[in-house]
Order: sequence, then C-alpha cells, then structure tokens
Amino acid sequence: MDDIKVERLTKKFDEITAVDHISFTVGSGELFGLLGPNGAGKTTTLNMLSTLLRPTSGLAEVSGFDVTRNRDEVRRSIGIVFQEPALDSQLTGRENLEFHSMMYGMGREERRKKIAEVLALVELTEKAGVQVQNYSGGMKRRLEIARGLIHRPRVLFLDEPTLGLDAQTRRHIWDYIRKLNREQGVTIILTTHYMEEADYLCGRVAIMDHGGFAAIDTPEKLKELLGGDVVSLEVDGDLGALEAEFRSLDWVKKAKLHEETFSLTMERGDRRIPELVSVAQRAGVTVNSVNLRRPSLEDVFLHFTGKTIRESEASQAERNRAMMMAHRQRRGR
Amino acid sequence: MINLTAVYVLWLREMKRYFRAKSRILGSLAIPFFFLAFLGLGFNRMAVPGVAGSLNYIRYLVPGIVGMSLLFQSVFAGLSVLWDREFGFLKEIMVAPVSRVSIVLGRIAGGMTTALVQGLLVLAVSFLVGFRIASVPGILLALLFMVLVSTSFIGLGLIFASRIKDMQGYSIIMNFVVFPLFFLSGALYPLGNLPSWLRVLSYFDPLTYGVDGLRGALINISARGLALNLLIMGAISALMVFLGAWSFERSESS
Repeated sequence: MDDIKVERLTKKFDEITAVDHISFTVGSGELFGLLGPNGAGKTTTLNMLSTLLRPTSGLAEVSGFDVTRNRDEVRRSIGIVFQEPALDSQLTGRENLEFHSMMYGMGREERRKKIAEVLALVELTEKAGVQVQNYSGGMKRRLEIARGLIHRPRVLFLDEPTLGLDAQTRRHIWDYIRKLNREQGVTIILTTHYMEEADYLCGRVAIMDHGGFAAIDTPEKLKELLGGDVVSLEVDGDLGALEAEFRSLDWVKKAKLHEETFSLTMERGDRRIPELVSVAQRAGVTVNSVNLRRPSLEDVFLHFTGKTIRESEASQAERNRAMMMAHRQRRGR
Repeated sequence: MINLTAVYVLWLREMKRYFRAKSRILGSLAIPFFFLAFLGLGFNRMAVPGVAGSLNYIRYLVPGIVGMSLLFQSVFAGLSVLWDREFGFLKEIMVAPVSRVSIVLGRIAGGMTTALVQGLLVLAVSFLVGFRIASVPGILLALLFMVLVSTSFIGLGLIFASRIKDMQGYSIIMNFVVFPLFFLSGALYPLGNLPSWLRVLSYFDPLTYGVDGLRGALINISARGLALNLLIMGAISALMVFLGAWSFERSESS
C-alpha cells in the first residue's frame, strides 16, 4: 500500500507558484528523498503533506487520508521534524516529550515506556532532565527526531534533518534515520539539499527545482542515466592506435583524448579497469595512472536542470525573497 | 471536539514556564508596585473627587492597579502565540491531532491562571502599603471579576496575534491599545471627572466594567453596581473569547 499519494499538487502564494503540479507515490517502508536547492518547494510540499498549509489545487493523501478533509487522521499518522527547531527551550527534554505524547493522547504507562525507549534510541537518556536551552544543535535535532517517533507514526517527515550540523553529528543522525527505517519499518520522507545525504540514505529520490520534479528514481538509476562511470587513463606511447582500440570496445560509450589522458565513459568502470589496462599493454602503451570517477547526484542535478545546485540556489535567492514578501503580506492582511 | 488532555497539557506548559521564570514574575510586579507606592502615597491625603466620604486614595487605587496588572498580563498571554511562532513551537502545537478549539482553550486556561496569580500577588503587595479589603467574601467576588477581565483580554491578545505576525507589532499594541485601555478604564480616577466625550469613549473600554466591579468587590464602592458590572463583563468575556478563538483558527489554518 502507498503511504503517500500525491497528484498534481500545487501551492501558490499570490502570484508565485511554490509547488507546481507534482505527482508521486511513496510505498510503505520506503525512505524517500526530496532533493533540491533552497527555495525549490520542498518545505512547502512537506507543509502541505503535514496539514500545515492548504494546497491550492491537487490531491494529497497520507496513509490513505486526505490532507484537507481528514486532517486529524493525517496528523495522527505522521511525525514531523521541522527544519527550524520547534522545541520549548524552557522545558526539559523529557518535558518536551511528555507534552508531545500527551497531545497525542497516550496513557501514562505507555508514555513512560515510549519516552524511555526513544530517549535511549537517540542517546539522550542522561540529558533528559536538562532544559533544552542548554542543549547543543545536534542534541536538539536528536530530541526532535525522538519526539517525532513517540506516537509510532506510520510516516515520518524530516525537513533538512542535518542542516547546520557538523560532519560527525550528521553521520550520527544518518545512522538513526537508517535504523528507524530498517528496524522499525517507518516510512520516511526527507528533504535535503545535500547530495551525499540523499545518495547515502534514500531508496528513491525526486529531484526538485523551481517547484516541479525534474526526475524521480533510485539514486543508482539516476546516475546510470548519465551513462555510467568515467575512467581516466594517463598514458605514454602510440595514442592514436590505442584510441582506435578503445573505440572498438562496445561497452565504452564515450572515449575522449585530451593531451595524454583518455576519458572513457562506461557502466561499472571499477570492473573494467583491468581489461582497459591490458588492452593498453597489448597496444604497447604504458599506463601511468588510472582514475575512476563515479557520477554523483550533483552530476545528475546538473544534467536535469542545466545548473549545479549552487548556481540554482543563487538564482533562486531573488525568487525566494519575492516569495517571502508576498507570503508576509498575505499573512499580515 | 474539546480534548481535555490537550487543554490540560497546554495549561501545564504555561504554568511550568511561568513559575520557572522567577525574575519575570518579580519584574511584572515592579510596575504595579511603583504605581501603588508613588501614586498611592503621593495622593493619599487628597480627597478623591467624585467619591463621597473620606477615602484614602490608596484604597481607591488598588482595585485599579489590580485591573491594570490583569490587563497587561492577559494581553501578553494572548500574544504569546507570537512568541511560539517566533521560536517554532507553534508548529509542534499545530500538527498535533487535537481540535483548534482545544488549543485556544488551553492557552486561555494558562493565561488566565497566570493572570490570577499576578492579580493576587498585586493584592498581596498592596497589603504591604496599607490596603485593606471591605469584606472577606469580597475576595471571591473579586476573583470572579479577575477571571472575566483576564479571559476578555486574552481573547483580545489572540485577535491581535492573529493579525500581526511579527514581534515589532508588539510595541505598537502596547502604546496604542494597552495604555489607552488602562487610562480610560477609571483605574486611576473616577470617570465622572473626564470631559463627556472621553467618558463616552470609556464606556467602550471593557476594563471600565472590570475595574468598577473589582472596586465594588474589594472596597464596596462602585459606579454601576455589581450585577450590571458582572453582566456586562460576562458578555464581553464570552464575545472576546469567541472572537479570539475564531481569528486564531482562521489565521492558522490557511
């Protein structure tokens, strides 16, 4: 069964279309990523799925419940970790969890058990009695993830779960997210603008840009679309003859010679290196160095949008500002 | 529709935050104390114009200052939505599977309790500067007025919190809403001394009936009589709570 079903979902803020007719489904137990630059519409999408924003048009269902008509049922079946901390910093960690579990109608005994369990999961048991204002950024994030899990949601939304965290904490959080997904079977939808995060965590990724989806598939398939790995060989000897040899191999998709370096595109480059070296040796050419580069999601993003994610962010900064102003005016009315 | 656990847990949070910020409690007693001490002691020997018999100004002033504290505390309790929005906690509340009415009721219950505590603390302070109540049952009646005044102004705070979305609106509300409400209410002097056009304006100030009611309950002096004050204050309170809940619901479910 699909935990998320979205059809032509759209959100407009006055003139600006933040999310533009996106459609996708996420199956039960999937770890699905929305990847894109800031301002691509990821958070707006999440806010609609979590009932915080009403869609302008289109359909969205979470666990089979419509996000506009069955809001309470949707709210009951989801957990969410927002991009900016949403904790009461004057309460302790445990009190924040107590607040949450009571809002979700859990009984005393169940609360005690679940809170102890999630605190242990994110390794905050010892800090549970400390006011949140004394927590580090990583601890707050972990507490929020713990909180998102207390009421056993079917679906967990994580909005930029590792934004602004140091490399070590990020790794930690990644491990939690994986563990949750694999061991507890929670369906997870996360947004990120970190390519390596989407690559490391997500079973499937939607590449989002300017409110729409540019592509949607597994990270591997997306990368394969680019034609595979690039193997570079730096060589000495009869280059012309070797080039002809390489071109005659049917699994070499592209062969380029630049000065004394061949760049060859192929699938599973790691398994072809020995063969390439022996072909070179038979042609009487010395191989000085070999380099294998796998395409990253960054390359995929570039391929689909024609920009690197950084360029896209820069060009959207202006758009975002306009969107924020429009949003403020609307809310202030 | 109304989820009592949610109301309770929102109230509990408010209590924890209030009693944890001890310096803020002390700070919020400073203004009422200075008003009582300096205005009260300064004018104490003067006769209150428009009030028959010999009455110390302090006795006249205390119910007004209690009303003032309730006004300040309650408007800002209503506005605490802005605080929660600023620090992100509002989202945690809004995604919870509880009706929006429960959220509003929880906020009102919390704000009302802190306002009552505040009102009683001011009353306690006023005993230190020589205030005495007319009768013990009067305290109970005063508590009733405190509840009505605080819920009215929490409602008002919620209305503002739903309109203004940033903290800058705060000082504007303070200067152009809260202070005029205070001065027009007759907290400091009998309204009979005002020119008639200002007096008409004061009839539109909910606090006018609250202060008059408190004065009746605490020192047995009132311009309108208890029953009328109770009736008007009760109606205003119900209306404000309704409007506050309605605007909050509307603004947060876009």
